[in-house]
Amino acid sequence: MDYSDLLQETTFALLSNKVRSGLTILGIVIGIGSVIAMIAIGQGAQNSIQASIQSIGSNLIVVMPGSQRSGVVSAGRGSATTLTQADADAIASDISGVAVAPDITKRYQVIVPGQNTNTQVIGTTPEYVQIRKYDIAEGSFITSDQVRSMARVAVIGPTTASDLFGDGVDPIGKIVRINGIDFNIIGITVSKGSSGFLNQDDFLIIPITTAQHLLAGVDYVSTISIQAPDQNSMADIQQQITDLLLARHRISNPQSADFSVMNQADIVSTASSVTNTFTILLASVAGISLIVGGIGIMNMMLTTVTERTREIGLRKAIGAKKRDINLQFLAEAILLTFAGGFLGIVLGFLLSLLISNFMGMATQVSLFSILLAFGVSAIIGIVFGYYPAQRASKLNPIEALRYE
Amino acid sequence: MIEIKNITKSYYPGGVEAKVLKGISFTIKDGEFVAIMGPSGSGKSTIMHILGALDSPSSGEYFLDGKDVSKFSDDELADIRKNKIGFVFQAFNLLPRATVVRNVSLPLIYAGIPKKEREERAIKALRSAGFDESRFYNLSNQLSGGQMQRVAIARALVNSPSLILADEPTGNLDTKTGDIVLGTFQRLNAEGKTVVLITHEPYVAEHAERIIHIKDGSVLEDKKNENKRVIKL
Repeated sequence: MDYSDLLQETTFALLSNKVRSGLTILGIVIGIGSVIAMIAIGQGAQNSIQASIQSIGSNLIVVMPGSQRSGVVSAGRGSATTLTQADADAIASDISGVAVAPDITKRYQVIVPGQNTNTQVIGTTPEYVQIRKYDIAEGSFITSDQVRSMARVAVIGPTTASDLFGDGVDPIGKIVRINGIDFNIIGITVSKGSSGFLNQDDFLIIPITTAQHLLAGVDYVSTISIQAPDQNSMADIQQQITDLLLARHRISNPQSADFSVMNQADIVSTASSVTNTFTILLASVAGISLIVGGIGIMNMMLTTVTERTREIGLRKAIGAKKRDINLQFLAEAILLTFAGGFLGIVLGFLLSLLISNFMGMATQVSLFSILLAFGVSAIIGIVFGYYPAQRASKLNPIEALRYE
Repeated sequence: MIEIKNITKSYYPGGVEAKVLKGISFTIKDGEFVAIMGPSGSGKSTIMHILGALDSPSSGEYFLDGKDVSKFSDDELADIRKNKIGFVFQAFNLLPRATVVRNVSLPLIYAGIPKKEREERAIKALRSAGFDESRFYNLSNQLSGGQMQRVAIARALVNSPSLILADEPTGNLDTKTGDIVLGTFQRLNAEGKTVVLITHEPYVAEHAERIIHIKDGSVLEDKKNENKRVIKL
């Protein structure tokens, strides 16, 4: 009996009892469908979280100041003022392939005639635009000449622009006043949108020298952003930065460093592990229904074997071997679960479409979940079809033929 | 050619030996039409199972076309059934939702015959079983009992077996259709087929050329049937 015959015999047997076959695979359809939909929801959530983290900048490493200590009293994380422009320059010159942008960020009251707002003013260098993935909608970003000459120019975020000037007004060329100093707006960025409670469009960017000397009157920097050339070199570069800054700050024990180096991948992986747990939870609940579906298949196959005892006896009488009978019933179970798996994938697709359209959740049906569904349904067919097929193949032909 | 020598068969229901066959020997030559007759419990069904390679004897030898099949394994017996034996059962045992042609070609699937040839051979077998041409593609559960038994005969013929083994083939039929089935066997025998008929009815057995009478697991009588009933189809 070759495989095309086997397939034909199998489909024939299943189609001759359509209603029962249909009802039996329903369990598998629902199981596979919900596994696919749940994985799609999890994957969608993970993607949107990752995308919003990625929009801060890719391959980003941030050096933040640590806590300032006077004696045993710690002033809390981020309070140290030990990071300097020189540290940033050292990172840029000693570590190859990186882009470095130090910044000093403080909140100020920003005033235009008839309007004012409180926003964060980021004093930084021209590299910042590339590292933090800002796009300039109109005008230009600050230049290194402007940094060197402490120019009083500012690039404005779209939210700040509409707060100060109203919607639809071109802010370029307008003057804003911060701490009594006038700044000329030279550019506006493209909106990044808000990620949760964090509005990424509410800021002013000015040259770092201007921010340090004219506004704050200090010479430290609040953070240093570093862009690694690729994902793989992140860990290595992070280590190099740590070593370099420890040496520059003359700290021998890494535990007492006055800065911390954070990796964007760490944030992504933390977020991913949360959504992964969530996905596994959803999928395992759905997986339980798959097992129930599999038991349904086994139940039906056992009934079928009993019902078709005489047929099995006849097949043996006309020369079918144990193996032939075994294969036939196993194939019936596998074909059932495959059909169920296929319909389940369609159902899962529809479910995830419905969820993303009507509930506004991002979903993504991955190839992985489809392959998983097919694999699982095949395994269910084999596992739950094995015992009934064994029973069929072991029937004694004489007794099977006499069975009433 | 069938040769069985001193065959015994014992069962052990509840651990106690029950001897169903107590040393049976006979020879059936190619082209013979033999009836094995006996009352129920005589052991004739057990003989049929052994002749049909569905079961192995406890002792003794069974030569089918010169090969001793009495010690064969399950799979080897399946091969013997596939290639050398054609069964006709009392209850027909057709696949209910399958067409006539499909039912008849079923043994050829296990014999590994390609699909096109299967259908040709099935049609040929149906013709030689005298089955109505217009019903070749009907479903088998739409047929009358007599038609079903002819389909079963065609199925037994389809792999050109050495032996056609019919177990009470008229048991579920009325006398008239039963006669037609018996006539079909006679015609097939006249065409050179070896037919062994197992029955408890003397009337049915009288259609054969030779009657082997079984009683209590032994051969009571084995002789040529002097007044053979001949059915003209």
